[in-house]
This record gives sequence, C-alpha cells and structure tokens, in this order.
Amino acid sequence: MTDRALSTGGTGDWRYWLGEQRGTLLALAVFVVMFVIYTGNHQAGFSADVITTAANKGVLLALVAMAQTFVVLTAGIDLSIGMIFVLCNCVASYIVVGTAFEATLGVIGVLLTGLACGAINGLIVIYGRLQPIVTTIATGAAFFGLALLIRPFPGGEVQEDLADFLTGQLPGGIPASAVALLVVVLVIWIPFRRSMLGRVVYAVGSSEPAAYMSGLDIRRAKFAAYTLAGLLAAIGGLFLTFVTYTGEASSANANTYTLNSIAAVVLGGVSLFGGRGSAIGAIFGALVFRTIGDLLFVFDFDPLWQPLFLGIVLLVSVCLGSFRLIRLRNRLDLFG
Amino acid sequence: MDASASAPLFRMEGVSKRYGGVNALTEADLTVEAGRIHGVLGENGAGKSTLMKIMSGVVQPDEGRMVLDGREVVFANPAAANSAGIVCIFQELSLVPDLSVAENICISNPPRRFGLIDSRAQRRIAEEALARAGGEDIHPLAPVKDLPLSRRQLVEIAKALVRNPRILILDEATSALTAADVRRVFAVLKRLRAEGLALLYISHRMAEIAELADECTVFRNGRNVGTFKAGAKTDTEIVEMMIGREYSHAFPPKPAPRAAGETPALEVRSLSWNNRLKDISLSVRAGEIVGLGGLDGQGQRELLLALFGVLRGTSGEILLDGRKASLASPNDAKRGKVGMALIPEDRKTEGLMLPMSVRDNLSMASLARFSRGGIVDRAAESQAIDEMIALLAIKTDGTAVPVGTLSGGNQQKIVIAKWLMTKPKVILLNDPTRGIDVGTKAEIYQLLRKLADAGAAILFYSTDYDELVGCCDRVLVLYDGAVGRVLAGAEITERALVGSALNIGGGQAEAGTPALAGAGQ
Repeated sequence: MTDRALSTGGTGDWRYWLGEQRGTLLALAVFVVMFVIYTGNHQAGFSADVITTAANKGVLLALVAMAQTFVVLTAGIDLSIGMIFVLCNCVASYIVVGTAFEATLGVIGVLLTGLACGAINGLIVIYGRLQPIVTTIATGAAFFGLALLIRPFPGGEVQEDLADFLTGQLPGGIPASAVALLVVVLVIWIPFRRSMLGRVVYAVGSSEPAAYMSGLDIRRAKFAAYTLAGLLAAIGGLFLTFVTYTGEASSANANTYTLNSIAAVVLGGVSLFGGRGSAIGAIFGALVFRTIGDLLFVFDFDPLWQPLFLGIVLLVSVCLGSFRLIRLRNRLDLFG
Repeated sequence: MDASASAPLFRMEGVSKRYGGVNALTEADLTVEAGRIHGVLGENGAGKSTLMKIMSGVVQPDEGRMVLDGREVVFANPAAANSAGIVCIFQELSLVPDLSVAENICISNPPRRFGLIDSRAQRRIAEEALARAGGEDIHPLAPVKDLPLSRRQLVEIAKALVRNPRILILDEATSALTAADVRRVFAVLKRLRAEGLALLYISHRMAEIAELADECTVFRNGRNVGTFKAGAKTDTEIVEMMIGREYSHAFPPKPAPRAAGETPALEVRSLSWNNRLKDISLSVRAGEIVGLGGLDGQGQRELLLALFGVLRGTSGEILLDGRKASLASPNDAKRGKVGMALIPEDRKTEGLMLPMSVRDNLSMASLARFSRGGIVDRAAESQAIDEMIALLAIKTDGTAVPVGTLSGGNQQKIVIAKWLMTKPKVILLNDPTRGIDVGTKAEIYQLLRKLADAGAAILFYSTDYDELVGCCDRVLVLYDGAVGRVLAGAEITERALVGSALNIGGGQAEAGTPALAGAGQ
C-alpha cells in the first residue's frame, strides 16, 4: 500500500458523509425553521403542551413514513400502508385493553397483525411477480375491508395508563411520543441500516441486476422490506389508538396517510427510484409536512384552502424525484 | 511460486451448451494452470462468453465435466463457483451505483461485529483490495455512481480480489480503460500471476493478449480450435484460426458500383456522442447497402440510435438528401421528407407488441398514412397490410392472431414489414437476422437487395461477417466508437473483416486508425 491509501482516513471523509446525508439534513433544517416560526406565532408560544401536541401528531405520520421508506428503498411503493395503519388501529381498540400484562399481549398481537400484512405484500410481490403498486392497491383494499368488518362503527377503547403515558410528557416536559420514536429508530432502523439485510435492500433498489450478479439474496431483502414496513405501520396504528382512545375504520385516514407518507419520504430525501435515502430523513420529511398544516392554521389560512395547498406540496415533492431524468442522454432509458 | 506443477488447477472436458436450437458451445476443452495468464480469443458468437458463464456458475452445461484440483465440480450458481475460488469480472459491471466503493467491494460478505456491519473493518478491507487492484487513489467512501467508468473497472477488480479467487476470469476488462489505466491493470494482473493466481483473460485486443498471456486458446463456432504458447503464432495465423466458419447462405448478386457524385440519401459528418461515438462520417446513396462491421459493442448500436433520433446530446451533422436534418425523436426521423426506418435489435421489446394482432403491429408505425382527420381508413389499411404479407411471404393464420404466436422468423418479417409500410427512403437495420432460421435469412437478403434496387438507402449492422460479405456494397468497420476501416467491393472478405474488427490493420489501415500497441484510445 502507498501512503495515499493510508491517508484516506482524513480530510475527504466528511464530504462523502455530507453527500449521503444531504437529503436528511435538508429536511431537518427546513423542519427546524418551520417549527420555530410555528411556535413563535402560536398563542401559547414555545410551551411543553404545544410541543407535545405537535409531537403526537407528527409521530403518527413519521412512523408511517418510516414504513414507506423500507419499501421505497427497494424501488417499490406500498399503497396499502395507510390501510395497515388503520387496520392495526381497529385491532388495537379491541385487544390493547385490561391489565398491564393483557395490554402487553395486545400490543404484541397488533404488531404481529402488521407483520402479517407486510409479509403478504412481500410474498405477492416476490412470488406473484406483480408490480408493487398493483399488489398493494389490491391488498390495501382487502386490509381496509377487514378493518371495516371488525370495527363497522367507531368505538372500542384502549388501556388508558399506557396511552396517557406514551402521549404525555416525561419529566422536563419532553414529549413521550418523541422518545418512543427515537427508541423505534434505535431498535429497528439503525440495526437495519447497518446489517447485511439493509445493505442488500439498498443494493436491490439501486440496481437489481448488479445485486443479482453479486450473488445477493434479492428475495429475502424484498420480503424483509415489506414485512418491516408492515411492522412500522402497526406501530403507527398503535399510536393512533393511544392518541384517539378509539378504533375507527376511516377510509379518509387510510388514504391520507398513504399519500402523505409518500410526500414525507420524498421531502425527506428518499429517492422514489430506490437505493438512496434514510428513514431518519423520512421522519423529518413527515414533520415538515405536518408542520405545513400547522403553519396554515396558525396564520389563519382559510381551512377550505388547506387540502389544495397540501396537495400542491405533495405534487411538487413527487416531481422533485424526477430531476434525474433531465440528464439522460439515451431516450430509451426513459422507459427503463 | 512455481507453476510447473504436474496436475492443472482446472480442467474443462467436453463441455457443451445449447440455447434453443443453437449450439453455443460444443465439446469444449480448456485447461487452466496456476500462476499463468491464459488468453481467450474468438469472434462474435464464438462461445467465449458462454464458456465463462459456465465456469462461473451463471449457466449450467448440458454435457461435459469440470475438474478443479483433480475433483469433479458442479456449480449451481455464481455463489458456488465463488466459494470454489472461481471469480468472474463480467463486462457488464456488477456494481451497485448508490452504494459506496467500500460497500461494493465487500458486498457479498461484509465484515460484521455483533451481527452488524463493521464499517471500519470494511473500509480497511476495501483499502487493501483497492491497493492490490491498483486503485489507491479511489476514495473508499465515494459513491460508485460518481466514479468514471475506468475507476469503476478497478473497483470491480478489487471486489473480485476480496473473494480470494484462485481463478480470476476477466472479460474485456480493459475496454473502458484509458491507456494509463490499462498499464496499471496489467501490472496488477502480472503481480497476481506471480502470486500464483490463474487468470483467464478474454479480449479482442491482440496486442494485450500478446503482452499478457502465457497461453492462448482460440474459439470458433463454439469449439476450441487450438491452444498454443503465446508468441508461437503470428497475428495472421490467429485470424486464420478464428475464421473459416461454414456457411450456406444464398446471397443475391450485387450490382456494379454506382457512380460517385450523386447526392447521398444519408450523409453523416463528424457524429460524436458521449464518448461512445467518435467523429463518425459516412454516406449512403440511394440503391446502396452499406454494412456496419466490427466486434459487438463498438458503437454500432449507438450509431443507429443516434441516426434515428433516440440519443440526446449528439454533435455533428446528419444530412438527408443533402439537407441538414435535426432529429429529436424516432417520430421526427419517420415523418421527415426522407422517411427513415430502424429495424431494432430486439424484436420482442423494441419491435413488436407481442400480445397485439398482426394487423395492429403492421400498421403501428404508419397509421398516419391511413388516417384522415384522425380516423383510420380501415380499407386502405387492410390493403396495405395484405400487400406487405404477400411481399414478405409472411406465414400467418389471418391478421387477427397475436404476433407472439408466430415463429421467430415470421415475427422478424413483421418487424421489417411494419417499417416498410412507412415507405422509408433510408432503412437502418440492427442485426436483423439474429436468431432466425436460414430460409428466412435468405429471404431477407433478397428483400434488402430488392429494396435497394427500388431506391432505398440501407445501413445494415450485422454481427455475422458472412452477411456483410454477401450483402453489402461497402462495409464500415467500427472500432472503439470510430470508423476503423472502410472496405469496398472485392475488399470485403471475412479475413479483412475479422482483421480490421480486431484492429490489427493488415497493412491497409487508414490514417486515423488507432495504433495497435496503444491498447487504449
């Protein structure tokens, strides 16, 4: 080895790190700016209550956006994610009740529900060789139908101690939901990102032929991505139950969360073409998206205009993903 | 390490592989020894890549056996071959663009601590491998997509080295490299040989083989036609071994050369694109069939795509009937006053809509001709379709059947007919006879000559040298994205085609032909 090879540990490293984290850092910066404007203009100001409320709302979309990230990294898309989220909310409103022990079993049951839904998506995409978009529209319809069947009318309940703890404040006014999100990142995302499995998921999304030629297990990676997406959606569904104390098979919620998760993922710098981005970026993307709504509220924007405005944000953020195509020099690659 | 040990490291005996009805490899034998570089030569379709794919477990042989270390081995997949110590660097790069250099190098077996990837160890391994592969200046954290092609090739070699290969197979490993990089790679390969690795080096650059190889094997028609010590044969003798395929095609007679001075139907001046096409000039007159020759992947496909408006960012001029044309899409190329047609390479993806009917496919490109105010005149359409089916003698059970149900030869006729229905003046063909039967091939040759006689200008790329000899009035041999040599009339022989495809000149190389020994640009 030459001296040059040994010296690479020094100066240039941070630039590559920055290049990789650019999307995440940008989303973080935008969020911080927006959130400061929001709390600065809120009647109650920068208080623990305002932040806890914002965190509870933000964590819901953040979890669903994390779920979406796993699938988008493989260059797929999961349009059933909002339906899994709602289904798990309905399931939780039945089984996360009673004593602490019973509620714990209930939580495990809800998580298993989400895992099962994700696994079904994965199996169909892999073995049915169907496009992810078609598969998940169909399975999403089924998941929602199931939710409606078990919870025809809004209702049910949830173990209140657990709900109040997770949506309340820790000593020092820190929102418990934000800490819970951090735990999810540390327990699920970070190990995933640094595991062989995570590596293969990125490789598959970036170039499936290259991954295949490198002798990687593509099917296992895709299956894991869809299943983990189901798990994260289930955690989101649990949280929805803790926030609302009820279960509701709301088709509006299911659709909105699906679409917003895609917006969040893109705003967070995750490429819809796969292989690039991070769930942490998607979390900040979700928080940015939520804060836009809050800002409109604080500045007394006509509520009728809000859906249109958020729709335009969604449209623009999805368009951001196609900038790459401008540089293509062989027009046939447009269709690849 | 002493390489004179008695038993060879690896032996392949009587290996055959068929794809459909085509023999890709027939009873091939090959012996690979440790501490040696073995060069493999052969023209297009001679079986080189099938051989490698079998050795590296990508495809399985139909017959024959492989022996490694005196024991018979069977590789079910690339991973099995890898773990036996056979690693292949394919021409199509297998790097993942969004991952970093270090992540790519360690992709199949990254170092792990507590089940998680140890990025420090990974980086150390990558740095060592890069140093071994002559790529010390490549930063291990750089994303592969930001590296130029030549650096990627070095990363690819480093990636192969971390698998601790005993046999390393390189397929056209230097085709993307600059001359300076080639020198570095050669130094690396020679060092690996000294370390006792066996290297199988596949290249069409004779000078490279001469410099590197200890032994050479020539393949022809899927057979090993000879193994000899490097330097034991001259370039001419090697070319002699590579040609000599048996053909039985019927070609129509060629007309006398046409008078010069006529305005060409298609003229190209200094066409360049993205470093893949380099300053190409050519002209095709009405009534002429001009061939494009050379080894696969020297820019022939890109040239045809550029003429048909598919590529963005080309420089140079394209003139049709003496007038400058600016073509931004196939639609432009088709609609112009001088209509163009491109018969694509892959009929299944670029030529036909397989589930749609014969009728719909045939009129796909020429609907505008039969439309009045946006409404298709079904009667005129039917008449034109019937004429085409008769002209090309397409065997189909009516015009309503899906194209996918026809035989390969008839499908190819439909692709050609579809474009003839646009009444093109300039016809571009991209290897139109690949994978079709001999009878249909002969019909296509007759048709091309008939179209030329009726005034079409034809530019015809073929990987089959015999076709170029039999059909073309002139042949441009491409090498590395540039016109290496122009052959006309009686000069068009298989020997001249192979010789100029390999860029060994044959004494008549034109000015501007890349130098033989440069092995680079």
